[in-house]
Order: sequence, then C-alpha cells, then structure tokens
Amino acid sequence: MFAQVYGDNGKMKEYHYSGPVEHRFSPYSFNGGTVLAVAGEDFAIVASDTRLSEGYSIHSRDSPKCYKLTNTTVIGCSGFHGDCLTLTKIIDARLKMYKHSNNKSMTSGAIAAMLSTILYGRRFFPYYVYNIIGGLDEEGKGAVYSFDPVGSYQRDTYKAGGSASAMLQPLLDNQIGFKNMEGVQHLPLNQEKAVQLVKDVFISAAERDVYTGDALRICIVTKEGIKEETVPLRKD
Amino acid sequence: MALASVLQSESVDFSNYGRQRHGFASGLYEAELGLESVGGDRLSFALSTSCSNGDGPDRKIEFLHGTTTLAFKFQHGVIVAVDSRATAGSYIASQTVKKVIEINPYLLGTMAGGAADCSFWERLLARQCRVYELRNKERISVAAASKLLANMVYQYKGMGLSMGTMVCGWDKTGPGLYYVDSEGNRVCGDLFAVGSGSMYAYGIVDSGLKQKDLTVEEACDLGRRAIYQATYRDAYSGGQVNLYHVHSEGWTRVSQSDVLMLHQQYQAEKA
Repeated sequence: MFAQVYGDNGKMKEYHYSGPVEHRFSPYSFNGGTVLAVAGEDFAIVASDTRLSEGYSIHSRDSPKCYKLTNTTVIGCSGFHGDCLTLTKIIDARLKMYKHSNNKSMTSGAIAAMLSTILYGRRFFPYYVYNIIGGLDEEGKGAVYSFDPVGSYQRDTYKAGGSASAMLQPLLDNQIGFKNMEGVQHLPLNQEKAVQLVKDVFISAAERDVYTGDALRICIVTKEGIKEETVPLRKD
Repeated sequence: MALASVLQSESVDFSNYGRQRHGFASGLYEAELGLESVGGDRLSFALSTSCSNGDGPDRKIEFLHGTTTLAFKFQHGVIVAVDSRATAGSYIASQTVKKVIEINPYLLGTMAGGAADCSFWERLLARQCRVYELRNKERISVAAASKLLANMVYQYKGMGLSMGTMVCGWDKTGPGLYYVDSEGNRVCGDLFAVGSGSMYAYGIVDSGLKQKDLTVEEACDLGRRAIYQATYRDAYSGGQVNLYHVHSEGWTRVSQSDVLMLHQQYQAEKA
C-alpha cells in the first residue's frame, strides 16, 4: 500500500523510490493556513486559522494570519510565512510614510491599490503570499479585496484564500451569495449570522484540510474599532 | 484561493526560483489539487498546454488564454465584449473578474493572460496617456496609446510576462482597435477575439458581420451572443458577459449579463 500524491504535472505520483532526484535549494516553502473575509453592510470580518505547518510538521498552533493595519483595515496573509512577515512589515512602513506625508490614515481602497503595486514590484521573484484585505470603505460599508501573489486584485463581498480555499469558497457562494438557488429569499447578512457562519465554515475546513486547524482567530471590523475573538478548532 | 493560486504553465518561465521541484520524495506540497505550491502561483486566464509536441525542452509554446474577449469595429464605433471567469488550473477562482480596463473615458483595454500583468501595465498606460494629454494639450490617439503599451512590454520580452490585450478607442481618425501582446505583436484590425474561447466567438461574429451596416443594438446583441456561445462551449470561459460600446463621445458600459440568464433568454427565443 503506498500513498499516492499528485505530482507537479497533475498526474498521480507514486510514493516510492524512483531513481536519483536532483535536490535544489528553494527559497520558498509552504506554511499552510486558511484566510477568509466577509463584507457586510457596516462591518467586515477577517478570519484565519492559527496553525503554522511545514511538510508533515506543525511549527506552531498559535500563529494567526490576520494583521491589523489601521483602525478600519485588517489583512489576512497565508502562504509562505517568511514572505507574509516581510510583506506586513513593508505595508506597515508604507502606511506610516503615508500618514506622515498626508496627515491622514490610508483608506482600505488605497491600501489595496498600494499592495497591488508592492506585489507587482516583485513580479519576477514574487512574494508567495495570498492576501485578503477586509475593512470599511470611505462610506463605512464593508469591503473585501482579494489578491493573487503578483498583485492582481478585485473587490469582493466574500472570499476565502489559502490551503482550504477551494473547500470554503463554494460554501460561501451558497450561504452568502445564494448562487444558483431558485426561489430563495436573499436575506442581507447581519453581523451575528456572519460570525456564526465563519465559525461553522472553519470547523468544516479543519475536518478535511490537514493544514487548517488548532484555533480560529476572528477580527470584526466596525466603525467602533476592531474586535478579536478566538475559537478553538480541531488539533489533530 | 482568492485570485491566487494558479496554473503555473510550462511556457511561462518567469524565473528559476518559481519552478523548484522539491527533492523530497513525499511530494506532499504538490498534493493540493490545483494548488501548486510553487512560488509564482498567480492568477492567470491561462491554460497550460503541457504537451510540448516533442519540440524540445527549450521551446516556448504559445499557450491558450483561458478566457474569451472580443472587440470589433462597426459603423457606429467599437463593441467590446468579454467574459468574467478566472481559473487556477481547474479551480474557478472567480466568476466576477473585470476584464475590461477603463484606461480613460475614451480608451478601453481588455485583459487576457496574466491578470496582474494586464492590470498593472494598463494602469501604467493610463498614467502615460494622461501625461501625454498634459504635455500636448490634446487627447492621445489609439495608435499612439497602443504603441506606448507595446513598447513598454517589449522591454520585458522573454522574461515571462503574459498579456494579450486589445486597445479600443475613438480618436480624431474615427474608431480605433489594436491588438497588443507580450510577445511584441501590435496589429491594427477590424475584429479581434482573444482567448481559449476565441474560435467560437469568431464564428458568431464573422457570420453576423456579413451585413454591412449594423445598428448599435444589433452590434451589441452580436457581441453578447458571441461571448455567450464561447462560454457555452469553452470550459475556461464563463461567468458574466460585460459589454462596452466605444463611440465618438467616449465609451459606455452597455450591459452586464449573467450567462445563465442569457441561456434561458435564448432558449425562450428559440421556442
């Protein structure tokens, strides 16, 4: 009995000795983690699990992936932890510079546009990070911006990113987007329901994705500020 | 993942770092379906044609862009129609991507290939066009704008940029339509369709354009129908059909129609 995994070309790879393999240094590694953001009428939620893994090991059970940028914006970064840390440092520095030059904080939309150019600046040696920004826009409405590693971005109502994204996104499409459902009332999402949905969604992800689990950190952004909540998840 | 992960296509070789094969026999990193844990995962509307046709490892194969965008000139300007799907391997990363970039109120650019490449360079083009306007006190022509874009990306030729775009606008010589891509092509024409669904779209538009004078309404319907048919048959195109019309006063966003709705509408018309 041998474990079959997918090789680079998408075909199943056999897990046994198949001859000499060239080992090369890779500047990247995959540290797992899932991030999720939901925008409501006057709030935004950014949630992430707190497991930091590498290969078969778990480095930490308490490494959240949400970072507070301003009073109205939170960013979630998953992928390669080294790049996540550096990227958030760079964003913080740029936020400070903007504050000093313009005497005001950056808005969520501005941060998103700036992040896009920061990421594209490394087009030929990308930051291996999947970013999702959640916050309030200038009108006080919830906004979610999702990115790819080289800076392509768009504004969404909800988005899941990271290792379990393919499992979470369809669930969100159904519960928040009411996609492809006939004869269903499109109820607007209120904050309590959204938080409960996020918890349920992560519990499901932790069941089926090895890289997601341990605990869930939820950041709720409202005009009053940012509230954090931690919920335990499966530790296996 | 979000707009993230991607299909790292064989022919887009941006750097060696991004293509590391982990020496570990576990291959655990590659286990995620569709989510290659290789740096350089990025959103693209690209399909990887991994069949190299035995042409040797160094040959860069022209790969298809998983999208359908089209634009054609007609009597009353230019119609631009695009789909809105973005895929990462077989995972549909988004069904609501804006593939038409509004460069300025009278110039549009379409997006096919690497999403970040297209949006970044076209945003830079918008800046250049504005600078031109300030320096020359007149609007930039479509030919000049497309030339600026082509020259900008030509400097990066061979480095792995992936961009296939149509620059559409109206200037003092009338409607303008240019196809520009990251290989260095820049061609003027009356009709272009770009992407994996382009052949299906060409079929519809070619047959509809036979009648010489189309009204704006007919041209819009033709564009919409062409994209719809392409999404029907091409797995990598779908979502919504975004339709723009460029005329002498600038561009107008005509409609955004969900492909499912269009399907029901056309079915009803058939009956």
